Amino acid sequence: MAKKVTIKEDFLKGIWKENPILIALLGLCPTLAVTISVENGLAMGLAASFVLICSSTIISLLRNLIPKQVRIASFIVVIATFVTIADRYLAAFYPDISRNLGPFIPLIIVNCMILGRQEAFASKNGVGRSILDALGMGIGFTLVLIILSAIRELLGSGTILGIQVMWPSFTPWMVMILPPGAFLTLGLMIGASNWINDRRAK
Amino acid sequence: MNTSVKMILVLTIIATLSGGLLSFWDAYTSPKIEEYRQSEVKKAVKEVLPPAANYREKVIQTDSYTFYLGYDGDELIGITFNIKGGGFQDIISLMVGVTPDFKQITGLSVLDQKETPGLGTKIAVDPSRKGEETWFTEQFKGKSPFPEMYYVKNKQAGTENEIEAISGATISSQAVVTILNTHIPAAKTAYESLNQ
Repeated sequence: MAKKVTIKEDFLKGIWKENPILIALLGLCPTLAVTISVENGLAMGLAASFVLICSSTIISLLRNLIPKQVRIASFIVVIATFVTIADRYLAAFYPDISRNLGPFIPLIIVNCMILGRQEAFASKNGVGRSILDALGMGIGFTLVLIILSAIRELLGSGTILGIQVMWPSFTPWMVMILPPGAFLTLGLMIGASNWINDRRAK
Repeated sequence: MNTSVKMILVLTIIATLSGGLLSFWDAYTSPKIEEYRQSEVKKAVKEVLPPAANYREKVIQTDSYTFYLGYDGDELIGITFNIKGGGFQDIISLMVGVTPDFKQITGLSVLDQKETPGLGTKIAVDPSRKGEETWFTEQFKGKSPFPEMYYVKNKQAGTENEIEAISGATISSQAVVTILNTHIPAAKTAYESLNQ
């Protein structure tokens, strides 16, 4: 029974309780930069999740072989390998998305969320738990990116996934697809999640 | 085992495996990436040349430009080349087509740009003008690059050297004009020296 709770906990904590963006505030650079459309947000979320899950699997398998002194270097090599795979894959099969995301796919290498999970979880726990942890964190990251980019695309372009949803005379709020829009929206989302957590705690 | 030896061994193995995996992956994806790049260039070349019934193409590579010569049957209808220059925050890459004497622009297409979303990106696509989203590049058709092009703001472009700037994105509009002014004369010189 006790074990079951941990398994559920490993998976669920990334989605809300330890959400990488809303609570841990990790990986904010791609979060702020690419979320001007849902397509971009979704692609970034999935690419980062792919890298996170693969890296966590490998690192937790190798955790007893890697000497402590070179662990960060090893993490970075493993992460960089999967980032390059994801980057080339997008460039070959989804060239438009790859062009939209520009340098932010290669920059997943320095996403603190991924390195953070290796250091805090995968290097200390078994493969099964590490994969669950990575899955939860990846889903949590992707969900926040989708919500954030949906708000920005809706108000900034009047569309969702490129389909017009606002009334035709709607004037797009230009600021939403510029950097200030990202800060404003993310700030409000973090505020809302804190407010919900506060209410729950009472 | 000695820690230093173990450190070197582990890092070497990880890096070797990573390198091997990536070279395999690169061999698989790079033909596809190259194919896409070629098809983009091909599409842009056709877009900026006048329509031709019997289209065929000849490529001439020089030190500074790659010229794509468009023929309709045996008649040379236009010369296309890729030019680049600084935009508002990054390089703008354009494909421009000119008549064989370089006196008129036959078309302009934006290959790559990273201008401000919603403002400078209108040089490529302007979603606010339904049905004529590419009006900015479209207006270069038939304009003359000599002696020099310039832009006007908030009014219709008149003379054959004038184009209308995008309101709110003067710097991006100016960047496109500057790239054309810099490169078309240089390309003309390069092209003419080929035939001598």
